[in-house]
Amino acid sequence: MTAYFNEMFDGERVRRPYLQLSDWTESMPAEFRSLKQAEAEALFRRIGITFAVYGEGGDPDRLIPFDMFPRVFTNDEWRKLERGIKQRARALNAFLADVYNRGEIVRAGRIPSRLVYRNEAYEKAAVGFTPPRGVFSHIVGIDIVRTGPNDFFVLEDNCRTPSGVSYMLESREIMMRMFPALFRENRIAPVDGYSEALRRTLASVAPAKCDRDPTVVILTPGHYNSAYYEHSLLADLMGLELVEGQDLFVEGEFVWMRTTEGPRRVDVIYRRLDDAFIDPLCFRPDSMLGIAGLMDVYRSGGVTICSAPGAGVADDKAVYTYVPEMIRFYLGEEPILSNVPTWQCGQPDDLRYVLEKLPELVVKEVHGSGGYGMLVGPKATKDQIESFRDRLIQTPDAYIAQPTLSLSTCPTFVEEGIAPRHVDLRPYCLVGETIELIPGGLTRVALTEGSLVVNSSQGGGVKDTWVLAE
Amino acid sequence: MLSRTASNLYWLARYMERAETAARLLQVGSRMSLIPSAGHGYRNEWESLLRASGTAEGFGQKYGDPVQRNIESYLFFDRDNPSSVASCIVQARENARIVRTALTTQMWDALNTAFQELRQLERTPRSELDLNHLTDWTMRQTALLRGSLDASHLRNDGYDFMNLGFFIERADNTARLLDVKYYVLLPRIDFVGSGLDNYQWTTLLRALSAHRAFYWAYGGEVTAGKIAHFLILNPQCPRSLLACTQGAATHLGRLSRGYDRTTPAQSQAWGLLGEIAELTVEDVFDEGLHEFLTRFIRAISDLGAVVHEVYLSGDVR
Repeated sequence: MTAYFNEMFDGERVRRPYLQLSDWTESMPAEFRSLKQAEAEALFRRIGITFAVYGEGGDPDRLIPFDMFPRVFTNDEWRKLERGIKQRARALNAFLADVYNRGEIVRAGRIPSRLVYRNEAYEKAAVGFTPPRGVFSHIVGIDIVRTGPNDFFVLEDNCRTPSGVSYMLESREIMMRMFPALFRENRIAPVDGYSEALRRTLASVAPAKCDRDPTVVILTPGHYNSAYYEHSLLADLMGLELVEGQDLFVEGEFVWMRTTEGPRRVDVIYRRLDDAFIDPLCFRPDSMLGIAGLMDVYRSGGVTICSAPGAGVADDKAVYTYVPEMIRFYLGEEPILSNVPTWQCGQPDDLRYVLEKLPELVVKEVHGSGGYGMLVGPKATKDQIESFRDRLIQTPDAYIAQPTLSLSTCPTFVEEGIAPRHVDLRPYCLVGETIELIPGGLTRVALTEGSLVVNSSQGGGVKDTWVLAE
Repeated sequence: MLSRTASNLYWLARYMERAETAARLLQVGSRMSLIPSAGHGYRNEWESLLRASGTAEGFGQKYGDPVQRNIESYLFFDRDNPSSVASCIVQARENARIVRTALTTQMWDALNTAFQELRQLERTPRSELDLNHLTDWTMRQTALLRGSLDASHLRNDGYDFMNLGFFIERADNTARLLDVKYYVLLPRIDFVGSGLDNYQWTTLLRALSAHRAFYWAYGGEVTAGKIAHFLILNPQCPRSLLACTQGAATHLGRLSRGYDRTTPAQSQAWGLLGEIAELTVEDVFDEGLHEFLTRFIRAISDLGAVVHEVYLSGDVR
């Protein structure tokens, strides 16, 4: 039995950031709690914040479970995280600007060239072009797990279009509405500056050809997308148009949107759509979601696409291993946040070790996300392990393996009362003219007892994340 | 605003208005089935309702004979019937979800609550549901939406597109209801002016929530002429063809001022308005009520097509 770091308790003693919450729960009668839980659920449903699970069918308006017990960071803890996250975001962007131009890091032999140039996410159409301010990934979501009081590890980077920020914003809204007293008693840093910071970031990367106040839009695959609520919330908070591919067209050297008053020029597109779908002329010809000719306009500096096409090459799970190296190479600094030790199954030595220790390890697809296609060794059945063993031998390149981390736990409301459940953290770092990090993020919690998988597609829930002010 | 957004707003208003019409039709039907009919049995009235809502064919294919209970299901719950109350509310809420940001919280609340309650109703055994409850419920939902639009929405172009949707749909619906009464319900011309005729007219007024208003406005006996005047030409009646056309023209006028651009939609609306405003009841009956209504329904549908072309399609340069 592994000992997990409990973020609230140090033995019998309540850790300082959780002191007030401890009084709060002790003075809360059970009926009151279930009443509040029902209220929270009703609020979520009423604002329409729901989450569709791919391929599960059933209720497309399913709610993602919300746990009322907040997850708390002290200011000191957060300052360290903040420095580490910003450092990582800078290095990832420097890497992207490099590999689409001279490729110094590859020439210097610090990362294997095949991992970069033969990567599925490496976009040939983006070679030789540097987007405004040299930024490729404008919103970097960095998944972090904690294993001890001072031990934080980066689990993965998300450089394309990380989702979930709406849960950060709405969880806070709902907590403030339901428990105003908590916010009077604790000094909790606000998160509602996020939308303004995001708008500023997007406007700051307008193309050189834009000679006026830039028109920024959010491009969504449409309302059937599971993150549609988030797209519309962000558009609403920032006062931007939420467009679909069919609303935009290319004419001359610019991108335009169809409005009731005729065409209007668009300068910055925050797309929530994968590279493969944004331009049927350049990528998948069968994409109905994209805009024909978009890439030509992009490459001639007529429009900025956020994140830049090709940004995904920095966040796959094989390249991940080299991020500490990127930090040293581009910034000349030591990484503030560590990586989780990772074995590349594509390398024979690593593969041999992984196959031997399979029941103890977590195996992930290099290009997978959302907790799909992964094996959690200690929780898996014999059959599952054997079927993964076959897959690893067949296509070793497609997998990486990591030790099963003892993820920290945070108290969580469960049927029987309050019990520890495993959590992770995804903060959202904004990169434009400046680098900003809002004090907060998305805390995901594995609601099943003992489970280490926090993905909402696998029955995870969310919590409000507090950063205490000085 | 994005053409697609405008289109969604316009259609969500049309769907909600259509849901209301379906509910009103059901009310007419249930009331009419309570009196002795003109010799064809109760089925006659119910069948005419299906024709009024343009769903007779779909119903026939699915159920065959028009049995009251099936018709109620078809007009209220059936998702295979695109004009059923349920289909319209689901569609309207879907449209609203797409343009969530163009709606106020109150309006979204009204639509989303309607949708959630509808799902509750769908799960309730039919034996526990009373038809009057269902129709009242529907009208309350549409009233909530219109009320929240009026009370909370910016008077911007989105407001105009939604109102345009309400008025165009309502003009079409009033014309159809009127046409059904005159053309379909009365089996033979010698029934005109009979007790049955008057009963049907009164029921029609009730369906349009207008029978008290009618007595206030006209007094005395119910005659075909008075009712035609009330529902076609009286600007005071909120569902009259004149009032609806006027409403559509007003909002098109606001759009042309706001955008500083006049389109064929404005001239078409003003042309239609001018014609109806000049009419007398005698003119209408001379042309033939059915002929007049057919022409009007076409004109309104043409107006809808032009609105689509100049504002909603996004193809205008």
